[in-house]
Amino acid sequence: MKRFVTGTWRWLDDRLGISTLIGPSLKHLVPRDARWWYVFGSATMLAFIVQVVTGVALAFSYTSSASQAYETLEWITNEAPFGSFLRGMHYFGASAMVLMVGAHMAQTFLFGSYKFPREMNWTTGVLLLGFTLVMGFTGQLLRWDQTAAWSVVVAAEQAGRVPLIGNFLAQFILGGTTIGGATLSRFFAIHVFIIPALMFTFIGIHLMLVLRHGIAEPPTAGKEVDPKTYRREYEELMQKTGHPFWPDGAWRDFVFGTGLIIVIALLAYFVGPPTLDKPPDPSILHADPRPDWYLLWYFALLAMIPRELEGYLMILGPVVIGVLLLAAPMLNNRGERAPSRRPWSIAVVLLSVIMIGSLWIAGANSPWSPNFDPAPLTEKVIGANSGPVFEGARVFQSKGCLNCHLISGDGGRRGPDLTYIGDTLSESDMIIRIVNGGVNMPAYGNSIKPEELAQLTAFLQSRKRPMPAALEAADR
Amino acid sequence: MTPDEITRRRFLEKLCIGLSGICAAILGIPLVGFVVAPIFRRTTGKWISVGNITDYEVGKTVSVTITDPSSLPWAGITAKNALWLRRVNESEFIGFSVNCTHLGCPVRWLADAGLFMCPCHGGVYYSDGTVAAGPPPKPLIRYDVRTANGQVQIKTMAIPITTTTRL
Repeated sequence: MKRFVTGTWRWLDDRLGISTLIGPSLKHLVPRDARWWYVFGSATMLAFIVQVVTGVALAFSYTSSASQAYETLEWITNEAPFGSFLRGMHYFGASAMVLMVGAHMAQTFLFGSYKFPREMNWTTGVLLLGFTLVMGFTGQLLRWDQTAAWSVVVAAEQAGRVPLIGNFLAQFILGGTTIGGATLSRFFAIHVFIIPALMFTFIGIHLMLVLRHGIAEPPTAGKEVDPKTYRREYEELMQKTGHPFWPDGAWRDFVFGTGLIIVIALLAYFVGPPTLDKPPDPSILHADPRPDWYLLWYFALLAMIPRELEGYLMILGPVVIGVLLLAAPMLNNRGERAPSRRPWSIAVVLLSVIMIGSLWIAGANSPWSPNFDPAPLTEKVIGANSGPVFEGARVFQSKGCLNCHLISGDGGRRGPDLTYIGDTLSESDMIIRIVNGGVNMPAYGNSIKPEELAQLTAFLQSRKRPMPAALEAADR
Repeated sequence: MTPDEITRRRFLEKLCIGLSGICAAILGIPLVGFVVAPIFRRTTGKWISVGNITDYEVGKTVSVTITDPSSLPWAGITAKNALWLRRVNESEFIGFSVNCTHLGCPVRWLADAGLFMCPCHGGVYYSDGTVAAGPPPKPLIRYDVRTANGQVQIKTMAIPITTTTRL
């Protein structure tokens, strides 16, 4: 049997030239000290493979029709064998891919691996980062629930801010002038055909460049990159201390990759796929669209940037970041690679992580959004069950104040916490603010009756810190 | 290699490149035309009835569901849309687009508060659609509304793209 298998393999290998084709690539020399820091690139590719496999499986049942996609997803999730698990794998695979591409990029930047002669490795990698984010966004839209449908509108509105061609771009995204039959199918084509084709192409180019220029050796402080001598020095280093990629270098990629797939599978099994929101019916107005976690930071940014800068930042921000990332190796492709000699590179990575992390937390909490379903204030919180304070609390709720302000932990966070507002604002100050409005607060002058205003201020005046027992006794 | 051969080779190179260009154009022109066609498709608003005048109470703002008459046959529920319709007095109605002028999210009407609020980035509008708070740069976009034969009619329109829509 063994002889038969060996013979068959030899025959196939001879006729197909498999060993001749991939043997040199597998055996190419890599730096001996390229260890665990170097696993993120292969992990990104593995996550991409997970996406391709699970995506193909889901496509067996998913229907890219605006009228049926939601139902097919419900069926895949609730009835199809392994359907929920596959959706979970696809979702967490996407998350893993975003995380791994970020880690790979940070490591490449910190190690100065983008410098000569690997400038185009970096540039193709930046394009792959962009494709990954586009895949993430379009993938969320293919979920084709209420959030997806409104996210298309938000994307069209953003595109509409582009000068001159904004309206054309918006219509291109919507597939017309409104959400409809043409909207989903174009995102399906982009998500399933166009971007994956680009990704396969650029992953191929990226890998070809890795083989052409070799895996960058870990940086050594004081050892600068000089384009005149680098290639010769690298070749000498590989001949002297390098070892074959397969299996000496590759085993760590396999170990890390296996761990990654196990984590994705465990999350898919125990956490499951993202819950489907309501159907994509644009006439259901109780919607609360939010992007998936990897774009939540951008959602926060759009809420927090000053209004007068918004138009510029919305359009120019991504363009500037993209151009800077693409141009980074052209701006600085020689000299020191060690992060210890390039402290600014550490600062850039740290600042990026802190900025995105902070915005992500802000986006997850989204304090700028009104709370549309605040718990009603209880008699205990109000401190009365009749009279002007109690009636004022009811006005506070009915006029929408509770949607934006906290009272003893209940309500919205859009405006200031008013739990102890009675300690800081006098009755007349309150009336002025309620009637005239304020920063980010509507004016109620035209919509509140005098008796409601009196009850409301009575309630707000009663919001004071509890008096310490000793003072309370003395007061009595 | 003689100069003649070089000329012949150059000709063959250019021939191949030229033919490739023709092939790309034969495939590419209809592809691009098909994909970008929605940009150039002009849909004119159509007047549709949204009920009897008497169905609406003076001073009240209610959501009205409409179906886009120019939707594609397979649009399903995505052909539906909504607007906020306010009966101002006996004869006057205002139809507000549900799309927040900030980034298009659907605004909700809080009847007791007399405010429209947006769930995405916290835009707030007064009952007449003017901006009360938050990031919206413009008031809510209005539909054309008319009354005829005891019916309230609105003129369908595109999703208003803020920076390119005239108020």
